[in-house]
Amino acid sequence: MAPPSSRRSGFSKKAQYSLFTGYLLAGAGAALGLVLLMLSLWQPAAFAPLRGVASDVVAPAGEAGAVTRAGSQGMIAGIAGYFQAGSQNAELRRELEIARIRVGEANALKAENARLKGLLGLTEGEIRPVAMARLVGSTATSGRRHAYISAGWNDGVRPGMPVVSERGVVGRVLEAGRGSARVLLLTDSESVLPVRRAADNVIAFAEGRGDGLLRIRLVNLGVNPLKVGDMMVTSGAGGYYRPGVAVAVIAKITPDGGIAQLVAEPASTNFVAVEPVAQPAAVAELTDPSAAPAPGPSASSSPAATASPRAGAGEE
Amino acid sequence: MEQLDPRARSDIYGRRINRTSSPLRRRSVPYASIMLGSVLPVLLMADLMPLLPSLGFLMLLGWRMVRPGVLPLWAGAPLGAFDDLFSGQPFGSAILLWSLAMIAIELIETRFPWRDFWHDWFAASLLALTYWSAALVISGAPLTPEMFAVAAPQAALAVLLYPMIARLVAWLDRFRLSRARTID
Repeated sequence: MAPPSSRRSGFSKKAQYSLFTGYLLAGAGAALGLVLLMLSLWQPAAFAPLRGVASDVVAPAGEAGAVTRAGSQGMIAGIAGYFQAGSQNAELRRELEIARIRVGEANALKAENARLKGLLGLTEGEIRPVAMARLVGSTATSGRRHAYISAGWNDGVRPGMPVVSERGVVGRVLEAGRGSARVLLLTDSESVLPVRRAADNVIAFAEGRGDGLLRIRLVNLGVNPLKVGDMMVTSGAGGYYRPGVAVAVIAKITPDGGIAQLVAEPASTNFVAVEPVAQPAAVAELTDPSAAPAPGPSASSSPAATASPRAGAGEE
Repeated sequence: MEQLDPRARSDIYGRRINRTSSPLRRRSVPYASIMLGSVLPVLLMADLMPLLPSLGFLMLLGWRMVRPGVLPLWAGAPLGAFDDLFSGQPFGSAILLWSLAMIAIELIETRFPWRDFWHDWFAASLLALTYWSAALVISGAPLTPEMFAVAAPQAALAVLLYPMIARLVAWLDRFRLSRARTID
């Protein structure tokens, strides 16, 4: 379509001036955008209050969307179930047999655990979640992986708190609005999480790749002990996450670790729990720059401890 | 006359006599639809990967291409600021890129005043692809081959969605200008 004739200035001084002003304003807008972009790349938290207000406004609509999303996923799964009913049934029976055996083993282990813990005099602290929230939505258009949850500052949510679903770790609170919060998902390429293998103490970092997978990088290089199917859990280093929460399952082996798939995929997660920071004192120590140049003798005792300041900084 | 043909005194915007379009609707529909395009992808899904192209930017392109003159040249900055609140990009990226896109379209328009749909689609695709790659670069995330591989469907969708967006904008424009107000 041709532009309307009003956009051709001709000899009219007024039209020429208004056209010029338009260019001037657009150029000023672009320049302002550049300045703000530099500012927010330099200080990512600078516009957090603004975004908090915005996400507070849309969170109720997002909750309604999340309800229908969960419903429609259930419906599709239900239809798909009919097609695979027979083979699935046989397979489930087999799995149930194995699961019964494992439950027996686990009960035995539990009893032994209780006995040993009783001997040691350890009491297991029950972690009460700060808030339960619905996963409202995520940034579906950007390369960054952020999600929104429907609990915020008023519910006690503070930046840094871990967000877990019933399956495992989802991410970490980045910014908290009044009634909603922004979560840095594990798959964001800025996210680094100290993990260990569930079976033993092979320590690694889980870094987001931005494409839905995690890169597991071992701390101790050498012979790669990882195998496909290994479960990685949080190691608790860095102080943000309590140890032993499921994170990812190794899907592919690489020379320095592996590529892992998330256990708690946000797409299939409806409700999440926001947990308090596991070791607030340690986190405060690590984030406080004045405390940083005083590494005690314990800092070099284990790879997790030396790695944790980097992890704390990397997660920002 | 109405007995012969009920639509005799009306056009695509509705009945003509005694009616006019609502000024509120005339001014708000373009902005409201672009802002809705910015918010919608956030609400639709929570997923691991970026999937949808920036619907807000596509709506902006659609309005600018299909109805030149409705949006002023500087409209990219405020609409971009709104988009930045939700997109997850660092604040300022859409302000910059949307303003530059508006200036670019203005220059394209002065160079080629008469364009057909294919020309529009080509220009919009070029802008959408440039926007996609620029947004990836300034998202603040380190650039890896995986990032580009996983975001490639976004680029393809952005190109393929333009005709639909253009039809949607045309429909919204009919809605915008329909004679909803009765003059007494």
